[in-house]
Amino acid sequence: MTTFLQQLVNGLSLGSIYALIALGYTMVYGVLRLINFAHGDVYMVGAYVGYYLSRKLRGAEPSITGAILVMLLSMAACAVLGILIERLAYRPVRREARLTLLITAIGVSLFIENVAQLLFGADPKFFPSLAPSADFVVAGVRLTSEQLTVIAVSFLLMILLRFFILKTRTGKAMRAVSFSLDASKLMGISTDKIIAITFALGSALAAAAGVLIGMQIPKIDPLMGIIYGLKAFVAAVLGGIGSIPGAVLGGLLIGVSEVMVVGYLSSTYRDAIAFGILILVLILRPQGLLGRVQKEKV
Amino acid sequence: MRGLLVGLAITGVLILTNAAFTGAFGSGVAMPPYLLQVICLAGINITLAVSLNLINGFTGQFSLGHAGFMAIGAYASAYFTVTFGDRMRAAFGVLPPFARDGAVLLVGLAIGAFLAAIAGFLVGVPSLRLRGDYLAIVTLGFGEIIRVLILNIDAVGGARGFGGIPKLANFFWIYLFAGVTILVVHRIVHSSFGRTLVAIREDEIAAEAMGVHTTRAKVISFIVSSALAGVAGGLFAHYLMYIHTNSFTFLRSFEIIIMIVIGGLGSISGSILGAVLFITLTEGLRQFAQYRMVLFSLMLILIMIVRPQGILGHKEFVTFLTRRRRQLGTDQGTAAEGG
Repeated sequence: MTTFLQQLVNGLSLGSIYALIALGYTMVYGVLRLINFAHGDVYMVGAYVGYYLSRKLRGAEPSITGAILVMLLSMAACAVLGILIERLAYRPVRREARLTLLITAIGVSLFIENVAQLLFGADPKFFPSLAPSADFVVAGVRLTSEQLTVIAVSFLLMILLRFFILKTRTGKAMRAVSFSLDASKLMGISTDKIIAITFALGSALAAAAGVLIGMQIPKIDPLMGIIYGLKAFVAAVLGGIGSIPGAVLGGLLIGVSEVMVVGYLSSTYRDAIAFGILILVLILRPQGLLGRVQKEKV
Repeated sequence: MRGLLVGLAITGVLILTNAAFTGAFGSGVAMPPYLLQVICLAGINITLAVSLNLINGFTGQFSLGHAGFMAIGAYASAYFTVTFGDRMRAAFGVLPPFARDGAVLLVGLAIGAFLAAIAGFLVGVPSLRLRGDYLAIVTLGFGEIIRVLILNIDAVGGARGFGGIPKLANFFWIYLFAGVTILVVHRIVHSSFGRTLVAIREDEIAAEAMGVHTTRAKVISFIVSSALAGVAGGLFAHYLMYIHTNSFTFLRSFEIIIMIVIGGLGSISGSILGAVLFITLTEGLRQFAQYRMVLFSLMLILIMIVRPQGILGHKEFVTFLTRRRRQLGTDQGTAAEGG
């Protein structure tokens, strides 16, 4: 039972990382109907920006302020990266067939991965510890302060995002654009601006996930975004793509099931489980757990 | 009759070229081993690209799992030749050695293609009901699952890789099967069934309204494409004599995608062009190896922005030159995906 609870905690902390990345997928899919393949790579860049910033802070004691500063700067950098990706690669082909957009996204993803290998080197880097670390034992379950931070920060960000989308004017415009791009344009919404904001928000959340994973699993490498990105995408589909609570639920479920499979079966199946779940979802409930059915129209 | 003669003539030419390249007519015309290997790998890439184009280019269903089917073909055929190859060679004792090797290879490839086709059927039936971008992710997922499953089979080496495969494939077999693949895809595309596939690509809902059983057509196209990828995998295994699951990750699928997108989705000659271009650039830029993929990915993005239909578009090379528009490939439809 203790082992199970321990796995559950580990799964939740991994799952909140997936959830943060999944939010970006789901938001971009909502406005553009595009699987942003490059999103996982934005997350990787976030981790690297965090890594280089915390190297700059080296010498200073690990402190909470430093950690917050690193995270905010990394989020800002990735927000800019997200806007650039949208402006330079996706906007020129937005009116083309969806396949064209998808291939462009694959191209952007490969581009970022390979440029990252040139800039950062292909070898893994080790993330320095950012904040003072401590362990707690509750009912035989070991909770590290990193795990708690990951879970707490993820949920804080998700609540902020929910507030932004439901309560602000921009958030309302985002919901309108995801409902119908053309109609919202007719209603005077500057859709280009809203799409850019969506990319910026999603990328900032991915960067936060990157810094958080660096604190928890300190090894980062330029290709880490691929597999995390794919699993987060699966999480978004599992929860119902386009649905924000769905992305969070999906992320947590994927994280927990992955940790359980590794714990009770074999670690070699670690990457297969997410795809197995994806295939089951698409066969049994293609709209996802919290998604709505969309009729195919001519 | 004419087709048979042409086929025989091409086979003859391939046998002679193979002999010349390996130095049977003196070292003057022999290929340096490195160049010969590049040419052979290009042949395998042509098979992969043309077969993937059947499903991605002509049927318009974006599959990202080609490497998985290639892996099945590679592992199944290699397992066959390693385990039963010697016994089969002994059974065919009356034949000359090259015919015995050829027979073993053919049976191995047939088994690889068959298993890849079955996998294609199992993957295709549930996933081809999905719309474009979901299909891409699901096939990518299936490709990875296939890879992970093979990685966990100890009989084929697991994480150690699978070595000791007899070198049965050579220039002749690789280009023979590249030719067969081109012929098969060409004949399919120019049959009435091929027109069904193109109809699905252009507008799936309209095709369905016209009475096309879209799922059935898509699944058949997917099975043929997977079987041909299995053949390419088998040739790959019997040419390099060692395979590892790391050769069949989704990056391999992406490479094949790059080839057909650059050449033109829905153009057989475009796929050949793309495959040759890809391997030429890969090998030519060997001293700039770390910039290679940067260049390819940039090319992919730029082509999508400037010329989303690829170099040749839907046209074939011959028609591209004469600037006549075939009935089949109307200009790149921006409305390819309804919605």
